[in-house]
Amino acid sequence: MTATTAAPEHLPGSGRARLARLAQRQGALVILVAAVLVSTFVFDSFGTAGNLTNIALQASFLAVVALGMTFVIMSGGIDLSVGSVFALGGVLAAWGAQHGTWAALLVPLTVCGAIGLVQGLVIARGGLPPFIVTLAGLLFARGLLLLISDEGATTYKVPAGSAFRELAQGGFLGIGYPIWIVLAAFAAGGLVLHRTSYGSTVLAVGGQEDAADLMGLPVARTKLVTYTMSGVLAGFGGLLMASYTSSGVTVLGVGMELEVISAVVLGGTLLTGGAGTVLGSLVGVLLLQVIRNVINQVGSLNSNWQAVISGTILLIVVTVQRWLATVERR
Amino acid sequence: MVTPTDTARPPSTGTATVLETEGVTKSFGGVQALRGVDFHLAEGEIHALVGENGAGKSTLIKVLTGVHRPDEGSVRFAGREVEFHRPAEAQRAGISTIYQEVNLVPLLSVARNIFLGREPRTRFGLVDTAAMNRRAAELAGSLGVDIDVTEDLGRLGLGAQQMVALARAMSVDSRVVIMDEPTSSLEAREVATLFEVARNLAGRGVGLVFVSHRLDELWELCDRVTVLRDGQLVHAGPMAELDRVNLVAHMLGREVADVVRGGTTEFGDTHRRDREPVLAVTGLDVRKRLHDVAFTVRPGEVVGLGGLLGSGRSETVKAVYGALPVRAGTVSVDGRPVRANSVRHALRSGVALLSEDRKAEGIVPDLSVRDNIALAVLPRFSRAGLVAERRIDALVDTFVRRLRIKAAGPHQKVRELSGGNQQKVLMARWLCTEPRVFLLDEPTRGIDVGAKAEVQALIDELAEQGLAVVLISSEMDELVEGADRIVVLRDGTVERELSGELLTSAALLAALAGAGAGSEEHDDE
Repeated sequence: MTATTAAPEHLPGSGRARLARLAQRQGALVILVAAVLVSTFVFDSFGTAGNLTNIALQASFLAVVALGMTFVIMSGGIDLSVGSVFALGGVLAAWGAQHGTWAALLVPLTVCGAIGLVQGLVIARGGLPPFIVTLAGLLFARGLLLLISDEGATTYKVPAGSAFRELAQGGFLGIGYPIWIVLAAFAAGGLVLHRTSYGSTVLAVGGQEDAADLMGLPVARTKLVTYTMSGVLAGFGGLLMASYTSSGVTVLGVGMELEVISAVVLGGTLLTGGAGTVLGSLVGVLLLQVIRNVINQVGSLNSNWQAVISGTILLIVVTVQRWLATVERR
Repeated sequence: MVTPTDTARPPSTGTATVLETEGVTKSFGGVQALRGVDFHLAEGEIHALVGENGAGKSTLIKVLTGVHRPDEGSVRFAGREVEFHRPAEAQRAGISTIYQEVNLVPLLSVARNIFLGREPRTRFGLVDTAAMNRRAAELAGSLGVDIDVTEDLGRLGLGAQQMVALARAMSVDSRVVIMDEPTSSLEAREVATLFEVARNLAGRGVGLVFVSHRLDELWELCDRVTVLRDGQLVHAGPMAELDRVNLVAHMLGREVADVVRGGTTEFGDTHRRDREPVLAVTGLDVRKRLHDVAFTVRPGEVVGLGGLLGSGRSETVKAVYGALPVRAGTVSVDGRPVRANSVRHALRSGVALLSEDRKAEGIVPDLSVRDNIALAVLPRFSRAGLVAERRIDALVDTFVRRLRIKAAGPHQKVRELSGGNQQKVLMARWLCTEPRVFLLDEPTRGIDVGAKAEVQALIDELAEQGLAVVLISSEMDELVEGADRIVVLRDGTVERELSGELLTSAALLAALAGAGAGSEEHDDE
């Protein structure tokens, strides 16, 4: 065969495109670093080790849920049920703790995983839109939670001295276990995304579902796994929270799904699916937590400013994402 | 570069058949897409699959690749009868398909796209990125493509993406590769590379099915040809034994000796052509689709746009209508320029387009006849958002009568009308806007014979009343008898203009094939 070579046809403006891509992927990190630096100078109490570990610990519950959501959104879907499932997981964990540490771990993970599995089944095999299916899941999980807690009147307590409390209240090297767990979970998540065929398939399904199908990829199974993991992780987040507060608080997680979605999108995952990083979602979660912390530092500010500012930043980020995407394409 | 005939490898007689169908029949809701098709593909052969729109090519490919299952008949692959339920199964068995629109994932790297679902693993079950990139680079190298396999696929040109699709097909050790219009968006140089790779694959014993609307490519690349028309096999044989005119005649269903017939349509005689052109198009250029297309239409004149599938007919009217991004060229109506790329402005200048796909781009099936017609004039007949209902009723009434739309009444749902009457409703909608130029893209496709005649008569009548009409039709008779002049397009450029004495089916056939008098061999380089 003669050496006919088709030269690589890079689209013009490659340098600018690369910069645009970098900004899209790491934009939240830049904002986070800037926010931390500025806050450290402005507020004396912000930069203290105690406050920083506090931020990390507070963020860890959201982060666990965001990890599952990251894969869901990358696969081109959405999971609105995570807030309710998070709360359900917490209540089930506190309830299970009455019967021992294993029950506190296994009951919530099984139930929440099952909710995710059913949602995944309906979405993947039934072909229904994830928005509706997980909205049903949101109502279902919240209802189930109210049923087992007498309309929320009963708050299960984790018995004093239970080893389950250690999970979120203990620590290693002065850093709480939840932070270690999040670091490990995100490292595993990164590995799954970049180094397993499941990871590629998630991106393929989110990027071009028809193409994934025509390439013979297991589209349905991938969605099934993704939604199941999202349910498991949301339940696990709730479980951590129950361990941390030693009780199953029934009013948690309302609107949490939206906060999680914001964090994921802030982190550079495209809401349309097909692209994203797990590290970005961690950065997104931290950014939201830093904003909340800073609002608290300014004692005089109404805490509702947190939502206003988060919303504004989210809007800016998605607008810039869209703009960067067009720059990149050009 | 190679010339058409001297590269044709010896006919692949004696080699084993790798993929064949026997009596395959498939229909969709009463429409027969395939009727008893026998198709044979031998190992190491490059087989052209040819046919006009609706001939059944895509359906046959979909049957071969497990997208559709045949109603009747069987598919045999590598000597055994097979029944694929999903594309994945056909692919696993060794039949790969490369589509016109690249079906890969733009946001993943080239290497990941090639090995998606079959990534090399490390001892720990993780994807061995290094090995994957190395093997991808080797594959690309063996195809003679110089690309960075770690780059996102979407950042490559379309040609390079097509090569990646081929590399993917090669990496799965396919025994059959089906290429559905792979060249339609490629530059000449990329086509050359693609052909090189295709021949390379055939040399290794892979059977290739090649679909293209660029006729020259068929002789350049293919050993054998199968022609489909209306879901039936009309010709199968060695490529070299068929010349252009005969191939086109097969595709269009006309005997070459028989093209001087006439009188099968309802079109009247020629119209006036003494006035100044109302529509003037010059130098129209659409990226990879049209190049320097120019023509004029006078009031009262019907100008036909001729050409085979993929020649740029629909693209031309869409570009005139502002619905396709134009790189260069001017369109003017009554001497006033029409702003490019703006449907709104085209409409306001008096250009209307009846599009080819009336289901997707026109009719709203659940609205009434009246509301469908009124859609286009709502802005004109509204004051401060309020619609002048009575004026619309009057207008709709006029058009229902003028176009002889057969409906129970203006409030019947369009869904319930016949295809011909649906088409008339659409025409009425555009006529309400009082166009000066009416672009008709396949106005009689998919409607029954009687309604067809009525639509044809209506087109005539509209021209009679001074409208400038551009008519696209795949039916030769309709074009020859309906048009006062025919502008023949080929590969996105004006091949020839037929009028007067030359306005015959024979001349049109020759022009379509690009083989008529004075037509030089088309050169891709």
